[in-house]
This record gives sequence, structure tokens and C-alpha cells, in this order.
Amino acid sequence: MIEVQNLIKQFEGKVVINNISTKFKEGAVNMIIGKSGSGKSVFLKCLVGLLRPEGGKVLYDGKDFLKMKQKDVKKLRRNMGMLFQNAALFDSKTVLENVMFPLDMFSRKNYRERKKRAEFCLERVDLLDAANLYPSEISGGMMKRAAIARAIALNPKYLFCDEPNSGLDPKTSQLIDELIQGITKDFEITTIVVSHDMNSVMNIGDHIIFINEGVKEWEGTKDHVINSDNKELNEFVFASDLFKKIKEAEETGQETRNSER
Amino acid sequence: MSIRSTLESIGEYALLLRRVLMPPDRAREFAKEFSKETYKLGVNSIWIVTIISLFIGAVIVMQIAYNINSPLLPRSTVGSVSREIIILEFSSTVICLILAGKVGSNIASEIGTMRITQQIDALDIMGVNSANFLILPKIAAFVLFMPVLVIFSTFMGLYGGYVFCAISGDPSPDTYIYGIQFFFRESLVWYSLLKSMLFGFIISSVAAYYGYNARGGALDVGKASTDSVVANSILILMIDLAFTQLMMG
Repeated sequence: MIEVQNLIKQFEGKVVINNISTKFKEGAVNMIIGKSGSGKSVFLKCLVGLLRPEGGKVLYDGKDFLKMKQKDVKKLRRNMGMLFQNAALFDSKTVLENVMFPLDMFSRKNYRERKKRAEFCLERVDLLDAANLYPSEISGGMMKRAAIARAIALNPKYLFCDEPNSGLDPKTSQLIDELIQGITKDFEITTIVVSHDMNSVMNIGDHIIFINEGVKEWEGTKDHVINSDNKELNEFVFASDLFKKIKEAEETGQETRNSER
Repeated sequence: MSIRSTLESIGEYALLLRRVLMPPDRAREFAKEFSKETYKLGVNSIWIVTIISLFIGAVIVMQIAYNINSPLLPRSTVGSVSREIIILEFSSTVICLILAGKVGSNIASEIGTMRITQQIDALDIMGVNSANFLILPKIAAFVLFMPVLVIFSTFMGLYGGYVFCAISGDPSPDTYIYGIQFFFRESLVWYSLLKSMLFGFIISSVAAYYGYNARGGALDVGKASTDSVVANSILILMIDLAFTQLMMG
């Protein structure tokens, strides 16, 4: 289980993450949402150790990640998979080689078994046909799928996704969302997704954390996100016309039901 | 650049080297990367070393032949002096200055691009020592291939001089060859190879440092690449001066 206690991160004296505490739901899709520049990506980077926070604790199964020995950090990292905003595939390697890379580095299996596992992961994301292509030869959506396959190659306990839908069309976004949700359920992974896409939140979010200006403003499930009375969250959610209409429709329906009674 | 930022950069460079100079996570992967880098940084530099050495070698012999024109000196002196210049300075230092541009910018831009596209972050997340995985094969490959390039450059430089002698006839090719062989000290070749390996280490590690610490976008990668070439050129000249004083003084 991942738990964060009083996390603080500053850049040159400016507080970007201000005293955030939360527990992430195990085996579910946890979504960190917020406006651009609210600090959600910084928060994610602190969780995975790409940034070192100035204060607080990041606990993985009760052990403080920030105080772990190098050896334990390495061990923990093998249980982490991450999908970056731009996929971050290695340019010099083919899609298959990218997926095989973590296996080549850390698996004790022989080449045939490693290749079989990589092909299984590629098949799971429906990308086996592109195995021998280079990242420059595939589309943005395919890159994201390849990055997901690479992230799950070592069968991790935790999957982190930084803006998985950025730069994708709505249909591909939905595909990526379904993939993330499917993998989370199939492999019983604890997934943490940073996003500002409300469609994604409503599609796959099991547990939602709303961050505004570095502060955790709200936490709950997607069923409550639309009906929240948090002003900042409402402003964020209903910035989209679609959600305004959903809200209006809900209110109209409520009034109708009330008058019928 | 202030003294403070210079000292900070030296500290960061030392810390990076500490992470680089560790045993690789997987010997098999290191060997794979090492052979790739040997081809990319070393073998692919042979053509430029060949062309430059051939022409500069001819020009060195030409200049010496025109300028050392005294009845008190035998014409074989042209060969001896050219040999000393080519072995001691041209093949080990000037070629390294050129390689600082070619290989240094290649390393800095490759690692810099990996940094800004989060490929290095991806390695770190997996638990791979990214500095060691990316930089050590480059340093090892370039340092170990450097003597090959220097020997190649020396031969091509001397051959360029031979071609000039064969065309101009002054000095004659035989006199030139006699001059090259006259009072030849093997220790100078070892000195040249050792110096070039030191420069190989400087070029690859300094370029990697600039690339690894690149932040921002494409412009910053370009700046890192340029900065690495400038820093490498200055370092090579300074170390050449100190090394020559140390070994010859």
C-alpha cells in the first residue's frame, strides 16, 4: 500500500506541494486531478523518487521510501512501472527491445523466456504487430501502449501514469484508459494516474484526489465528484461544457422527480 | 561564469563520475552497449581522422621543408621534425580537439535528448543506474579506441608527408623515410597514446556531464552540446600544457 504523510516540496523557496497526506486505494485506479501547474506531476515525481521532497513521508507497505537503503530502493523500483507523458521509449531500440529492456536488466530468465514475456505484454496492449518497429515509426497512441507494455513487463505492484491521455484523440484516449483499467484489475496493480481529463476520471477513476495550488482540496470517489460542494473542484470539473450539461441534466431530472412526487 | 558556479559544476561532475564508475548492473548489457559505442564513437571517427591526418601531415612536411632550408642541416631533418610534431602534438592533441567536436557533441546531444524526453527518468524508475548504464560504455569504448585512432592518425599523417615528398621530390621520399627513422624514441609513442587516452576520458566524461544535466527543450540540448565542445577544447589545451611539462620537463 502507498501512503503519503505531510508531503512538502519546494522549488527555490516556493512551496509547490503543501502538506499533502493521503492513502492510495490498493488494486484500484487512483486519480490525481487538478489544473495545469497545480503540482500534481510534482506530487507524482515525489512518489516515485524522481524528486526529493523537503518534508513528509512516502510509505510503501509501511516503509519510508525516502529513508530506504539504496539496495531496498532498487528492489522496490522493480515493483514500479511508469508511463510517462511522452511515453519515453528508447529511440535506439525497437518496440520489442523496449519491452524486453527491464527483463534484460533484471530477469534471470533465458532469452527465449524473456522474449515470450515481452510478446505477451505486447499482445496484452494489442501491439504485437509493431514489435519490430522503432518508436519513430509508430503513432503517439501506439507509443503509449508500448510504454504500458514496458511498464508491466516485470509484473509490478504499482503503476504510475503521468497524463496518459495528453496529445491523443478522444477515441485513443478511451482506449488507453480502458487498457490502464484492465491491467489494474487483471494484474491487481495499484495504479496512480495524474490527469486533468475529466472523461478519464469518470471512465476509470476509483479513488480521486483533487490538488489545487499544491494543496489537497478534495478526496473521494467519482460518484461524488460531480456533486461535491468544494468550490475549487466544481470550477475545475465544470470548466468542461460536457460536465456542465451533465450537471444541468441531473438537476433538471431531480426537479422533475420532485414535482412528480 | 562565477567561481561559485564553476566549483558547483566541478562538484556535480565528481558526483556524476562516482555514479558512472561503478560495476555495471548487468555485464551482458554493458558488453552490448560497449560494442555499439565502440562502433559509433570509434570506428565511425576513422574516416575524419584519416582525411584530416593525411592533409595536415602533408602540410606539416611542406611547411618544414620550406622553412628549414639551411645547408647546415641535412634534408632528413624534415622527416625527423615532422615525426616529432605528428606523434607528440598533432595525433594526440589536435586530433582530440577535433574529436571533442565530433564525439563530444554527439555524446552531449544524445544524452541531453534522452534527458529532456524523460528516457533517463524511465531508466531511474526501473532501478537502473542511468549514469552508469549510459555513460560508462561510452567512456570505456572511447578511451580504449583512442590509441587506435592515434596510431591511425600518426601513420596517415606521416603518409601524407610521404605523398608530398613523392610529388615535390624535396626532400626525396627516401630521405624523408630516413629522417622519420633517425633517432626514433619509442617512449614518445607511449607518451602520445597515454595522453590521448586521458583526453579520451575528458572528452567523453565532460560531454556526458553536460548532456546528463541538460534541462528544458531542444535549445538547451543544443547549448549543452556547444558548452561541452567549448569546455572540452579548453580542458584539452590546459591539460596538454600541464602533461607536457610533467612528462618532458
